[in-house]
Amino acid sequence: MTPLLQVENIAKFYGARIGCTDVAFDLYPGEVMGIVGESGSGKSTLLNCLAGHLTPDRGAVRFDTRTQGLRDTVTMSEPERRMLSRTDWAFVHQHARDGLRMNVSAGGNVGERLMAVNARHYGDIRAKAIDWLGRVEITEDRIDDRPTAFSGGMQQRLQIARNLVTAPRLVFMDEPTGGLDVSVQARLLDLLRGLVREMNLSAIIVTHDLAVVRLLADRLMVMKDGHVIETGLTDQVLDDPQHAYTQLLVSSVLQV
Amino acid sequence: MISIENVSKSFVLHNQGAAQIPVMQGASLRVAVGECVALVGASGAGKSTLMRMIYGNYLTASGRIMIGDVDVATAAPRDIIQLRRNTLGYVSQFLRVVPRVSTLDVVAEPLLATGTAYDDAINTAQQLLARLNIPQRLWALSPTTFSGGEQQRVNIARGFAYPYPALLLDEPTASLDPTNRATVLEMINEAKGRGAAIIGIFHDHAARDAICDRQLDVTKYTPGLAA
Repeated sequence: MTPLLQVENIAKFYGARIGCTDVAFDLYPGEVMGIVGESGSGKSTLLNCLAGHLTPDRGAVRFDTRTQGLRDTVTMSEPERRMLSRTDWAFVHQHARDGLRMNVSAGGNVGERLMAVNARHYGDIRAKAIDWLGRVEITEDRIDDRPTAFSGGMQQRLQIARNLVTAPRLVFMDEPTGGLDVSVQARLLDLLRGLVREMNLSAIIVTHDLAVVRLLADRLMVMKDGHVIETGLTDQVLDDPQHAYTQLLVSSVLQV
Repeated sequence: MISIENVSKSFVLHNQGAAQIPVMQGASLRVAVGECVALVGASGAGKSTLMRMIYGNYLTASGRIMIGDVDVATAAPRDIIQLRRNTLGYVSQFLRVVPRVSTLDVVAEPLLATGTAYDDAINTAQQLLARLNIPQRLWALSPTTFSGGEQQRVNIARGFAYPYPALLLDEPTASLDPTNRATVLEMINEAKGRGAAIIGIFHDHAARDAICDRQLDVTKYTPGLAA
């Protein structure tokens, strides 16, 4: 089986400081990988390099494109990369307002991504928007409201609907449940799990919440000071951590 | 079906003076199709450790753990994920679920993950929950608020929803009343009957004697405890 994403020796430096370095992994269709580490460990830098928001100083990020097989997204042209990020890729920001247009209606937010891939029929677009708002549990009567009138949890669900409406194959998520209260988090986790299973999505999730990765991710990567210090099956890394830092991280979680 | 050869493991606690604790040495075990083997030994002897090594959430330092044709000791994460989805089931003592997901969906999940249609999966889940005497009015609720015994039974229903060829059972009858205990033993026997290879930990001796074909005392593999 061809990996969906093949990451080879990615490195990004901020002057003399290491953003992240020597990162390599394969991600297969349907797999969810979590990246954990404390703030400043390089996990967001890595995610942004993978998603094409930052240009890495070294390395390759190969994506299995629908028509041409594995292509290095670091060296492909800007229009090609943008096309990918509108179609096969999705990026869920920690703060929904970074991923939404706040002065456009909820339906417009979802519809915009459809129009970017050449959907033109208003009725179809609106029907699809309603369908997706329903899937993320936003009722139809809110379709013409702007996200500014939504709660934080609703904004986050709207961001997910906007991202998934074009049926992407790879979703990047940066702290998708951060800043939400726990009951909303739980619903969002359930929603994401269902979508991963139904759409055979692959996802890379950056978070510092170990409980979130345990429920959502198949595999886990632990970062510290820009380096990957441990990788493995999620429950193996959490139940039997090998590296000193991972042991500290796991044993520092407060029991509820 | 399950073949364990000469496995060992030790823990290194980096944050506690780098203490190195050997916990398993030279463990070997074979379980045939339709056979049930009980792991026995005093608390701390390594029964759960061995079971977790078989399931892959503890790393194995050396040796082989073959489940079918996959060596858990060396397999890549995605092969273990595949193995757990299609071949190797695990009923743990603790229920770990996404909060606010209904009991029916929790039980149906292993079936959905293997491609069963939603209605069929829910149908099977309903039958299992009814059989295990979980009142129907609870089915739509999340099991996180259930009593210990109810959670245990939801866990068992989930573990038996999909017919895994290999099953690991960690104290499946621990907090059950006699009626439900009998039901669970019956379900384990049925799993054996369809050919599942089972490894279990049972502190309930009567249950162990009723369903296990053999016992393996793990104490002989525990460094420092072996006689």
